[in-house]
Amino acid sequence: MNNLKQTTWSKQIVIISGKGGTGKTTLAAALADLAENRLVADCDVDAADLHILLKPEITDVNPFTGAKKAYINQALCSECGLCEEYCRFDAIENFKVDTIACEGCGFCVRICPEKAIDFNEHVSGFYQKGAFDDSDFFGAYLQPGEGNSGKLVSQVKKSALNQVKTKQREWYIIDGPPGIGCPVNASLNGADLILVVTEPTVSGVHDLQRVIQVALQFKIPVAIVINKCDLNPQIAREITQYAAQNQFPVFGKIPFDEQVVRALMHGHLITRYPDSLACKEIRNIWSNIERYFISGARDDQVFEK
Amino acid sequence: MKIAVASGKGGTGKTTIAVNLVLSVENANYLDCDVEEPNGHLFLNPDIEKEETVGRLLPEIGYDRCNFCGDCAKVCEYNAITVLPKQVLLFEEMCHSCGACAYFCPQNAIKETEKPIGILREGKIYPEGCGFVEGRLNLGEMMASPLISHVKAKVQPDCINILDAPPGTSCSMVETIRKADYCLLVTEPTPFGLNDLKLAVEVLRIVGIPFGVVINKADAIFTTIEKYCKEQQISILMKLPFDRKLAEAYSRGEAEVRHYPELKSQFHQLLHNIETQILKRTQSDFISPQLHKN
Repeated sequence: MNNLKQTTWSKQIVIISGKGGTGKTTLAAALADLAENRLVADCDVDAADLHILLKPEITDVNPFTGAKKAYINQALCSECGLCEEYCRFDAIENFKVDTIACEGCGFCVRICPEKAIDFNEHVSGFYQKGAFDDSDFFGAYLQPGEGNSGKLVSQVKKSALNQVKTKQREWYIIDGPPGIGCPVNASLNGADLILVVTEPTVSGVHDLQRVIQVALQFKIPVAIVINKCDLNPQIAREITQYAAQNQFPVFGKIPFDEQVVRALMHGHLITRYPDSLACKEIRNIWSNIERYFISGARDDQVFEK
Repeated sequence: MKIAVASGKGGTGKTTIAVNLVLSVENANYLDCDVEEPNGHLFLNPDIEKEETVGRLLPEIGYDRCNFCGDCAKVCEYNAITVLPKQVLLFEEMCHSCGACAYFCPQNAIKETEKPIGILREGKIYPEGCGFVEGRLNLGEMMASPLISHVKAKVQPDCINILDAPPGTSCSMVETIRKADYCLLVTEPTPFGLNDLKLAVEVLRIVGIPFGVVINKADAIFTTIEKYCKEQQISILMKLPFDRKLAEAYSRGEAEVRHYPELKSQFHQLLHNIETQILKRTQSDFISPQLHKN
């Protein structure tokens, strides 16, 4: 292990789920707490919650200009209606632009015969840097209703990665967004391991299978964590079988634990309750992750308890 | 009538509320706008009657006419086109299908062709007889919004249309709630739930749609959500206590009201509350100053 650590040894782990609310953030925060020499990034930019548990001190906030927005100058507008006719986003009505619907394509700006439409850079969010314990925290905040969350995720990852390199951080832990669309794809880019958190519900399984198909397109190794595994033991077994058939290691099965709910309500990390069932299993997950990288083990047998 | 069910945070129970509402009221039409991870079908078991591939427009270069002038790349705000001396590169995932490149091409060399992005499924839910519509985004496809607008085109004017929104507060959520008559925000009593509820409230205030809150997995300990709603004069329309029995039924894909019909009256009441609110538009009537400026 020491040999490995001498050079710029660094591993990027992204936690995703497909379905929302399966426990991504709770797990990401706990793993961040267990890892040493780490950097953490919250890439769920349109519902960022990781800071609630890690409570970083934010030191740097930068505006993010994702797209331009059109703005009709009423004094110059002759009300010809061409802009409304050509806007594909249904964003112009009565010679006014609905800023939320405008995707910044600039078609209206170019087609306006009166040159009455301004087209300005628009701050659609912020990305920020901070610290907790002795670690770096990166996150972002997308203004409500804004698009371009994929670009903002890439921005967060870019600034975080610079820091990983300059500070020689060994672990780079990313809390990913739900779904399978552009922000998820942006968060997966460049990862060394994708940890998919699922739950034993019909929707959990359905979404797990979809998000894994997306993850596989990146040719990055995938491992599974089953959260609230005793909620439906039958479906939990089906997930384990699915994982075995497809050779995805199951890194842990976290039981439904009232302590997690209580910890969450107080904004506490579950690792503050070392005797809780959930915390014990999360420690096990972390040692599986360490073993995975350090022994280079790829065989799911290794992780069977 | 169009009622969107949204949340900000994922996993708070959007689909649970939407599904049970659809099954409890007369003349309902369910539209799954969470096209990245559509789950409603798992609980509603619809009979699918129609399935069609839907797409979005992408430019196609006609090399017989193209003279590589580069105007298409200049008008593209998304950097989706790069023009090389003898080739035009298109980065599909960056294209927003705005059509500017085709319109402004001086050679008329760009034709827009439809590229499949997902599947639109329609059917009926039995025995209740409600309508069912679902968008299902193709795996690897980045942009959900164009598919969501296809789903929304299936709104039935005479029905109570329930739109199940994706989580978050960005473009696909906004696309779902836009022009809805009302939006239900489903939250849970945790700091995450509260944080994401606040973000969703901001969106609804900017868009100017009346809304109310449903607290799922409600309990007596974490009451900060109630406090927040009171301060902000947001109505809490329903509280569903956490019940392991219901969580297990959910895990099996069972719609609660089908197994516990006594719950139906709560959803009738919920609809009644929504209707009263739409009529009165009592709460949160203000529109953001940002929009006035424009």
